[in-house]
Amino acid sequence: MTETASAKPEKTPNISPSTQASVAAEQMDMPASKLMRFGSDNPLRLDEGTELTPWQIAYETYGELNEDKTNAILVCHALTGDQYVASENPVTGKPGWWSMMVGPGQPVDTDKYFVICANVLGGCLGTTGPACTNPETNEVYGLDLPVVTIGDMVRSQAKLVEALGIETLFAVVGGSMGGMQVLQWASAYPEKVFAAVPIAAGPRHSSQNIAFHEVGRQAVMADPDWCHGQYAKEGKRPMKGLSVARMAAHITYMSDESLHSKFGRNLQDRSAITFGFDADFQIESYLRHQGMTFVDRFDANSYLYVTRAMDYFDLAATHGGKLANAFLHSTTRFCVMSFTTDWLFPTSESKDIVRALNAAGANVSFVEIESSRGHDAFLLDEPELFKTMRGFLTGAAKARGIPAPGNGD
Amino acid sequence: MKKHDLSNVRGDHRILCDFVASGSRVLDIGCGTGELLELLIDTRGVDGRGFDTSQKGVNEAVARGLSVVQGDADNDLAAYPDDAFDYAILSHTLQATMDPKQVLEQLLRIGKKVVVSFPNFGHWRNRMQLLFNGRMPVTDYLPYEWYDTPNIHFCTIRDFVALSEEVHAKVIKAEALDARGQRIGFNAPWWVWNLIGDQAVFLLERK
Repeated sequence: MTETASAKPEKTPNISPSTQASVAAEQMDMPASKLMRFGSDNPLRLDEGTELTPWQIAYETYGELNEDKTNAILVCHALTGDQYVASENPVTGKPGWWSMMVGPGQPVDTDKYFVICANVLGGCLGTTGPACTNPETNEVYGLDLPVVTIGDMVRSQAKLVEALGIETLFAVVGGSMGGMQVLQWASAYPEKVFAAVPIAAGPRHSSQNIAFHEVGRQAVMADPDWCHGQYAKEGKRPMKGLSVARMAAHITYMSDESLHSKFGRNLQDRSAITFGFDADFQIESYLRHQGMTFVDRFDANSYLYVTRAMDYFDLAATHGGKLANAFLHSTTRFCVMSFTTDWLFPTSESKDIVRALNAAGANVSFVEIESSRGHDAFLLDEPELFKTMRGFLTGAAKARGIPAPGNGD
Repeated sequence: MKKHDLSNVRGDHRILCDFVASGSRVLDIGCGTGELLELLIDTRGVDGRGFDTSQKGVNEAVARGLSVVQGDADNDLAAYPDDAFDYAILSHTLQATMDPKQVLEQLLRIGKKVVVSFPNFGHWRNRMQLLFNGRMPVTDYLPYEWYDTPNIHFCTIRDFVALSEEVHAKVIKAEALDARGQRIGFNAPWWVWNLIGDQAVFLLERK
């Protein structure tokens, strides 16, 4: 394997959408972040039954790894997130997607902890995914890439962590699909995870959630520019379909309450309804905007792969139908968090995890956070979330014998 | 260990600490914001876990680095395996449960030993209030009116001894505390404690 750390591009203010799309295309094989390549001596076994080789994983790190290599925290990103958890995204020019949580002096304090965040397998910002070039054919993978799972994503991250010389992660942290990866980490590599923080996640993808993902995939595949997944070859991009997929998904990230208070039935730049199908309402305009900006930074096939990975996740099913079996004899310290108005991963899902952890005799904390902002709350300014993360990590650092924020040193 | 000056600690908590062996695995049911749990960790070096119905209390405890989950003693104890803990502690919580007998049975299942503390409704002041005022007793540590109290299943020390019998528990140790939270330092028959004990702490195990 080889490691390359390329310099980040200069900050480009007001990157135009078309430039964004071309920057995004460049990032798929050669990301601006750090990159680890694994050759034929280190193939990646996939749940589907095949092996992926060669393959690569793009990642960012923040802070310093201590001498004993005991202070590493792996942050797992959600469905369409990326490795730029606490630094500017080279495609959008926006600050890190969780810079309120991760950074110097933040709850995941990069002055004390060494933070790693990798782009997921199947993603489109530098880790092997359908938009990458298939080294065998020298063409874009498209649908030739095997379907990947949460287990595969975690296996690829474990190889990265091993290659970085880290035996045990101090913590694995993540929300939504990131939370699924946290659970998978704790279950597949219990000895490598000292503490685990799954946020707004569940032990499986529910029927309702699969349904929403299917609507999104069908929207992508119904776009004539999708070309059966071969749009790269045809020089096209299924922007309409992907944008509709994002619009549908975006609704699931918000609560009825937050939609109502943000938009209500307010009209968009007009004083009366137009008796037509323009975006009369603010909510329509907002969703269209969300859809259009998404297609500039995300690959359509990649969207199919990552949504499928979530759909296939069912931790109990892979452990004899009993979720507690996934955590038997675990010595990991868990902190499970949910939000009151999250209907995509409601509190009941987190409670299933907690009950299973209790049944397995694991060390677990559980916090439900009052928020009106639905599933997206985990990415937003939620003081209780930050307070819990800081407190939990500090307690765990004490138990691990490493300096924690607020502990002096 | 320096953090807690035991002389400032609540009387029942002090006795609870005495009942718990150092370094043991402890589940504190109804742990509130984790005051007792922190005390047990600091003074007895226990591997402590907590459990409470109030999400607010739980969030506060977790933010302080304690391992605490939100749950309800009547429904969520069933998830724990047999003998999961050396001690299952129920501090001033029994009287607030829907089904105290079933909760006590669960505790005896998941804890090798069980510590229960509770206010003694049979204390003479309570009896006097009911006798002379004809109203449900309201005292310093039972400050609620009958209609807003979370304490729905009060019992007396003798009631608790009878319940222990019924769930096949053996009383290993018991202490009664006076109104100042001090140990009543003499041995007396249950009926005496039942009259002068403000609260009681029991250590039980399965027969």
